[in-house]
Amino acid sequence: MGNPKAFLTIHRQEAGYRPIHDRIADFGEVEQVLNTHERRLQASRCMDCGVPFCHWACPVGNKQPEWNELLESGHFEEAYKVLTSQCDFPEFTGRVCPALCEKSCILKLSSDEPVTCRENEAAIIETAFREGFVKADKPLERNGKKVAVIGAGPAGLVVAKRLNKKGYSVTILEKDEDAGGLLRYGIPNFKLNKKIIDRRIALLKEGGIEFQFNVNVDSKNLPAGFDAYCVCTGTPEARDLPIPGRDLKGVHFALEILAQQNRILAGATFTKDQLITAKGKKVLVIGGGDTGSDCIGTSVRQGAECVTQIEIMPQPPVDHNPATPWPNWPIVLKTTSSHEEGCTRRWCLTSNQFIGKDGKVTGVEVEEVEWMPALEGARPTLKKTGKKEIIEADLVLLAMGFLPQKHESYPENVFIAGDALMGASLVVRAMASAHDTVKQIDKYLSELK
Amino acid sequence: MKEKELFNNNKKNESFGVRRPMSAGLYDASYEHDACGVGMVVNIHGNKSHELVESALKVLENMAHRGAEGADSKTGDGAGIMIQIPHEFILLQGIPVPEKGTYGTGLFFLPKAEQSQSEMLSILLEEVEKEGLALMHIRAVPTNKEDIGEEALLVEPDIKQVFITGFASDEKYPDRRLYLIRKKVENRIRLSSIEGKDDFYVCSLSTKNIIYKGMLSSNQVRTYFPDLTNSYLTSGLALVHSRFSTNTFPTWSLAQPFRLLAHNGEINTIRGNRAWMEARESVLSSPALGDIKEIRPIVQPNMSDSASLDNVLEFLIASGLSLPHAMAMLVPESFNDKNPITEDLRAFYEYHSILMEPWDGPAALLFSDGRFAGGMLDRNGLRPQRFLITKNDTMVVASEVGVMDFDPTEIRQKGRLQPGKIMLIDTEEGKIYYDGELKKELSEELPYRQWLAVGRIELNELKSGRKVSHKVDNFDQMLHIFAYSREDIGRLILPMAQTGQEPICSMGNDTPLAVLSEKPQLLFNYFRQQFAQVTNPPIDPIREELVMSLFEYIGAVGMNILCPSEDHCKMVRLDYPILTNTQLDLLCNIRYKGFRTVKLPILFEIDKKEIGLRDALAELCQKAEQSVADGVNYIILSDRNVDAEHAAIPSLLAVSAVHHHLISVGKRVQTALIIESGEIREVMHAALLLGFGASAINPYMAFAILDERVAKKEIQLDYGTAEKNYIKAICKGLLKIMSKMGISTIRSYRGAKIFEAIGLSQELTNSYFGGILSTIGGLRLENIANDAIKMHDAGFSMELEMLKNEGRYVFRKDGEDHAWKPEVISSLQIATRLGSYKKYKEFTKLVDEKPRPIFLRDFFEVKRNPISIEKVEPAENIMKRFCSAAMSFGAISQEAHEAMAIAMNEIGGRSNTGEGGEDSSRFYIKEGEPNTRSAIKQVASGRFGVTTEYLVNADEIQIKVAQGAKPGEGGQLPGFKVDKLIAKTRHSIPGISLISPPPHHDIYSIEDLAQLIFDLKNVNPKAKISVKLVAESGVGTIAAGVAKAKADLIVISGAEGGTGASPISSMRYAGVSPEIGLSETQQTLVINGLRGKVVLQSDGQLKTGRDIIMMSLLGAEEYAFGTIALIILGCVMMRKCHTNTCPMGVATQDKTLRERFIGKPEYLVTYFKFLAEEIREYLAEMGFEKMDDIIGRSDLIVRKEIKNGNEKLDLIDLTKITAFPSQAASAAIRHAVDQDHEIENVKDVDIIAHAKAAIEEQKEISLEYSISNTDRSVGAMLSGAIVGRYGHDGLPESTLSIKFKGSAGQSFGAFLTSGVGFKLEGEANDYMGKGLSGGRIAVLPPIRSHYEAEKNTIAGNTILYGATSGEVYISGRVGERFCVRNSGAIAVVEGVGDHCCEYMTGGRVVVLGPTGRNFAAGMSGGVAYVWNPEENFDYFCNMEMVELSLIEESRYRKELHELIRQHYLYTGSKLARTMLDDWGKYADQFIQVVPIEYKKVLQEEQVAKLQQKIADVQRDY
Repeated sequence: MGNPKAFLTIHRQEAGYRPIHDRIADFGEVEQVLNTHERRLQASRCMDCGVPFCHWACPVGNKQPEWNELLESGHFEEAYKVLTSQCDFPEFTGRVCPALCEKSCILKLSSDEPVTCRENEAAIIETAFREGFVKADKPLERNGKKVAVIGAGPAGLVVAKRLNKKGYSVTILEKDEDAGGLLRYGIPNFKLNKKIIDRRIALLKEGGIEFQFNVNVDSKNLPAGFDAYCVCTGTPEARDLPIPGRDLKGVHFALEILAQQNRILAGATFTKDQLITAKGKKVLVIGGGDTGSDCIGTSVRQGAECVTQIEIMPQPPVDHNPATPWPNWPIVLKTTSSHEEGCTRRWCLTSNQFIGKDGKVTGVEVEEVEWMPALEGARPTLKKTGKKEIIEADLVLLAMGFLPQKHESYPENVFIAGDALMGASLVVRAMASAHDTVKQIDKYLSELK
Repeated sequence: MKEKELFNNNKKNESFGVRRPMSAGLYDASYEHDACGVGMVVNIHGNKSHELVESALKVLENMAHRGAEGADSKTGDGAGIMIQIPHEFILLQGIPVPEKGTYGTGLFFLPKAEQSQSEMLSILLEEVEKEGLALMHIRAVPTNKEDIGEEALLVEPDIKQVFITGFASDEKYPDRRLYLIRKKVENRIRLSSIEGKDDFYVCSLSTKNIIYKGMLSSNQVRTYFPDLTNSYLTSGLALVHSRFSTNTFPTWSLAQPFRLLAHNGEINTIRGNRAWMEARESVLSSPALGDIKEIRPIVQPNMSDSASLDNVLEFLIASGLSLPHAMAMLVPESFNDKNPITEDLRAFYEYHSILMEPWDGPAALLFSDGRFAGGMLDRNGLRPQRFLITKNDTMVVASEVGVMDFDPTEIRQKGRLQPGKIMLIDTEEGKIYYDGELKKELSEELPYRQWLAVGRIELNELKSGRKVSHKVDNFDQMLHIFAYSREDIGRLILPMAQTGQEPICSMGNDTPLAVLSEKPQLLFNYFRQQFAQVTNPPIDPIREELVMSLFEYIGAVGMNILCPSEDHCKMVRLDYPILTNTQLDLLCNIRYKGFRTVKLPILFEIDKKEIGLRDALAELCQKAEQSVADGVNYIILSDRNVDAEHAAIPSLLAVSAVHHHLISVGKRVQTALIIESGEIREVMHAALLLGFGASAINPYMAFAILDERVAKKEIQLDYGTAEKNYIKAICKGLLKIMSKMGISTIRSYRGAKIFEAIGLSQELTNSYFGGILSTIGGLRLENIANDAIKMHDAGFSMELEMLKNEGRYVFRKDGEDHAWKPEVISSLQIATRLGSYKKYKEFTKLVDEKPRPIFLRDFFEVKRNPISIEKVEPAENIMKRFCSAAMSFGAISQEAHEAMAIAMNEIGGRSNTGEGGEDSSRFYIKEGEPNTRSAIKQVASGRFGVTTEYLVNADEIQIKVAQGAKPGEGGQLPGFKVDKLIAKTRHSIPGISLISPPPHHDIYSIEDLAQLIFDLKNVNPKAKISVKLVAESGVGTIAAGVAKAKADLIVISGAEGGTGASPISSMRYAGVSPEIGLSETQQTLVINGLRGKVVLQSDGQLKTGRDIIMMSLLGAEEYAFGTIALIILGCVMMRKCHTNTCPMGVATQDKTLRERFIGKPEYLVTYFKFLAEEIREYLAEMGFEKMDDIIGRSDLIVRKEIKNGNEKLDLIDLTKITAFPSQAASAAIRHAVDQDHEIENVKDVDIIAHAKAAIEEQKEISLEYSISNTDRSVGAMLSGAIVGRYGHDGLPESTLSIKFKGSAGQSFGAFLTSGVGFKLEGEANDYMGKGLSGGRIAVLPPIRSHYEAEKNTIAGNTILYGATSGEVYISGRVGERFCVRNSGAIAVVEGVGDHCCEYMTGGRVVVLGPTGRNFAAGMSGGVAYVWNPEENFDYFCNMEMVELSLIEESRYRKELHELIRQHYLYTGSKLARTMLDDWGKYADQFIQVVPIEYKKVLQEEQVAKLQQKIADVQRDY
């Protein structure tokens, strides 16, 4: 470490977002970057803790203290190596990870100014790309065994990359027209520019991974010719809201609009019928999570008249929540760049029915609820209050999460990774899950004569 | 009811020696230590008288307090006397001996059985006759058993006096023949099958002197041997000794004096010395003795260190060396550049250092061959030895003054032996030889200087034109092959290269023992450093550098080394044992004078695995042996050529195997071993290789790493500097490791194996490591081969991965396990903050059910027999057993320190101040405020803030002998951390560095510890005195000694203990698990019958109820919590305590960071309540109602089966740890009775009674007493009483004046408080004015004495140690270490020994006379004035931290004048009068010594004052 006291004199500085008026005019990435000098100063704040909780909290076990130090001292190439020893695609996580590490940073506890690990991570990998350190990962030799990876989301890509490196011949079978899964079709471009994905896919291809797109694989009837399979199909089924009026026009799952918007930006065209747009509409987003937030940003960019987001749970506390003490993930009010761009947020509202006119949705009847605290460990219970109202809306987006995937019993050479295994979760968790699965597949195949 | 009697009287009478168990459980007889009192009375002209013998016996009796007694309080540890053969007395016994000096005699210890006796005597007869002599008579020596202890009686031998005649009347060296006879007889009996052969022992066999000794106390010698009181028994010299052994199995034969010497001290290097003597036997033949085959071994097996030294001494004498010559060779004084000795003498020592490594360790030696008698101290001079000479030419030498009464007018001279110096009396010539004269003679005897100049090669001065690369081929691969991790490079090697120091880290080591880890380990990791505690002091290698040395010789020692010859000098001298690649290359290519070298690869075939390794080792040993036979001067063992098929043999295994093999074939000293290995990276590795026999090491991979990093510009240094720094760091680390054991020179450290193994099988250590002890069993060769292959394979895998961070120093998910994992820390913090027992249980589940064991206790389970929890004693009772571990204010923040005190007071436990003192405002409980008083006040080597007030406000006073994380080391609080409050608490000045010395300068031995305990008990009779030790093998024996020194409580601290700052290697490699230390202590104390006298406390990462139960079963009654308490208060194991940047405000003094402290005492209270509750659950589960019922019940422990795929776990054998001593049936296994401190009758009781008016009404009172050396700690109890009443301020100035006449015992005026003035007419012993707290002491020679005060030694060593205020005036000279750690007292004295003003931080010292070496070492505050008419003071002064100047400023001149005036006033010193009378002249002859830091602080104060003045002036405008 350069200066062990840096954390006392240098404050946390986030690069921040482009100004709202500027960023809502396009779908370009909203987050800015610091210059190298400032970035290194930020890295110098890392204290190289004896027990690095950041590293512990990180699902892929990133070694923040090590690469922060290397970043600070300007050893970009080594920083890149240490970073990618744990995290296969820092260019993704460096953009979209909620940064569990920062929440369990000791400086979060000590002064509420955690090290900017996520941004530092992005800085390292972007420098590495710029400087040409990032090369395709080719195996030294092929071992002749073949693996099919079904699904080109983050988990599938990690599985493919790691197995390929170990000498397996990997084919990725993807149902969509391009790779990336939710990275490509779920996360809006203003959070993750798709060129970033393309850049990585090109490297993976160069490394020898074969991609087959638009392939629908029947899980009961896996394609022949592979020694092992890895199912990385995520959780395609979104949670529905089966209340009266659900079939009205203008009620969509969040991913419908998000995926379409991303495809449009990628050059696809849609007929008017197919097109879902918020332009000039009153938008209601049901569900207070990240997907909901993405819907807000997308709607705003499409030119919505107004956007409202409702959530059935109560508003979490601001800044600190004693119920989720450090180093746990703090359940506190989260305001994203999209929220800043203009929306109304409301809590403790349940939806009773969609109200429509001419088969088109015009609003949603919502009712206030209360949550009764329960004994230690048990979940609180919901109580309706009878206070009802109607929120006007001509576009309703359902962002209430995804249903866990059910799997049939597979033969022993079929493995599962990512959301498909654990249920919908973070990109970084999907990647971590892939690490374990890779070990299993490798073990299975190397013991196979 | 179980019988609780200490010892059962109905024991059967076993024969002599049998009851000393050689080993049982963890107890091992080889751990025994001893220390003692020695004395000598000589008539310089050899005039024989019985009075002289009588006087010597009195001397012995007056040192009774330096010896010790066993559990039966009657059996002495051993005492004896050596006198000249009392010819007339023998004749009077009717034994017709021939003329004086023509017959040999001596006492023999024999078994009681007659059959055995006669067999032994017939062997003696044969040998005597073979020599052509006659066994003329055997006399049964009368003894009187009445007084002696049961223990001694049980093993009492039959004592016979043997007379051998038949010498020619002109025979020159009759004693040489007696020596040969004795050695042969000893050998024959030892090898025979005679029953009771172990009991055979020859006290002495000589024509000049005879020794009476036994397992007696000082007072019993006289009564046990009626001979000694017979008025016809006369002698012209007598040497006496009383022993203080650390256990109660001292045997009759180990009593001293030995045949030639009596030793007070400890030979720290004994293991190496013995091994080297054995190795050397092949080259020790001399013309005088001829072939020594028949008398081998020179060193008698199974004897004490002192006995071994005596064995070698008598061998050297028998070979024809003179007494002083032999002594100077065995125990040389320090002769590096810092020592003022002649070049000839330096050459003498250098020459002999080639032949023999020093027998190093604290030693006061008295020796005599019946004609010559003398004494000497080792180079450190840590044992006192004072002498006086009377006008009628009697000389008395003893550990203390006052052991014999003389009229002041009879005394001609008083003095003391000095470090490294010899003194000798020739009773035939009637002459005293002083050191200078003796050494001059020795050094000029032969042309040593010339020999060295011609024969010796200095590696430093050699040059060659060859270019040697620092790189290695296949660098990345080699890194993997030798298992380098990112931490090795980033946290060890690079910092060493950058700073020249070993890196510092903090908090404890919480990773598993090597044998418990699943990862392959370097063989080095299975070893632990041993260190000195109590029985021998560690050295400060920085401040006392003058006694340390790292130089080494390599080459082959020739034959017949006892015949002086130029040939023996054919050696290469290394300044330090780390070789650069260039130097190694030079060594390989020296062709000078037929130097030959050979390089042997240390590789084995991978495919053959264990067999391959075994065969390779055998072949290596064979080749080495052959090389020696071929005349190779040194052998280089190298692993440079590893390849795909051959892995490296672990370097340590290779070195140790070859070393021990060569010893076994008698070829070791003919060559030297050099190890060139890629494995070596850190200090511990170097220490181990040297400790197991290597003479020099070449860490070529470390150099290659430096080269690579320099090339990459990652180190901003050139390669040369980086390499130099790295080597410097290793050297410094080596010095530290050596000094930890009290060893000064690398030559005696080499091969001394000052280590213990943890996790290696005994079979392995027996085969390859010279049988070094391994307590818990473990790895066999097979496992070592497997690990070596695994590491090797990592380097030959298809593609090299990036080097990993193995997580040894910090937590990594994929790295080494840590006990303090993130989830453990957070679950504990959350549980205690929320007050949720459910969460607490989650925490204990994480800790107790971890999948991989980290601690030995993780292998334990308890036997179950559930009862209702209602029956179990309440939590309140249990919480009384809880203490907070010692953490000083200074290391941790005020907030954290006080929170801990409040919490411990709340639960009825005890908090510990740590060594940094405590602010006096916390002593007194204030209404309505939380109680922040710490019940335990710690006394550590720095004595920070140890005032009388501090001590009287303690419930327990803890003497910290060592600290788990860095045993045997001192510490340093850098000046920038010392703010106003810390300075106040530590009685120092803000901004001045505070150094804790490695040793307590008043504990150099076990009897010193007894003295300190006595001092503290006197100051505060109500407080328990505890002694904190660190677990290592042998700690049990030390604890037994500590129990005999009358500690009330003993703390056994685990090596895992935390620290605010410690060198990395100390944290990881010193000390052992608390389980081992605790159970060894428990077992040893029980076996010795001492357990009932003490309370045992343990610490070492204790966390849960389960931990507490396990430690209780192993014997702990109380438990201390350190790390966990900090974690509850917010610590998150940053390991940044040493950088002052703790972001949680726990271990920092930074104001902004302290504001971030979030801990509350309530959290701790909650934790301890939970913990006590959990303990109750366990007790109920086990079926016990009280904690007391399970203490020491190791029989309730069963081993838990752990199957987690780690095959090493199955090799661990814990039966020694859980062994339940058979003695437990009759002896106490937990605390049963209180110690008898024997303070009811000290002089202070009487003084307090007579000074009642002064103490109670502050009336001025004067008293007068006579005093003798048995009156110890006079003034301490008095001061305690006064301060208890009035606080620190004591009494008004001059309220109580007490005059003493005579010789004061140790610790005169200790902790003397304000308002009390002592005037001593006579002399004082060691530790006078210890911890002085405001009182005044004046010492002056008796009014009627005739000798010149300023030329005689009037007071002992270590005066004013830890004094905080007060005044001392001494008209005369004093011993070593005057004013060590003085932080505020004023002292005037007329001459001092070595190390004056060491570590001083405040006060004034005036020396009106000569000073010893190393003046002002580590002095950071205060001022010293030295009268230096010779103008040579700068040579004696250690200039590291101070500046010297003449006294120019008038205020300093005034100050000095005033101090000398006071000196005159209180002592009437003639010298002071002379100076005052001609002040102008004398003032100019003074040198002022001011520490640099202090100067800066003074200047800053000055500037601040000026600024204030300016501000005031400006305000007035």
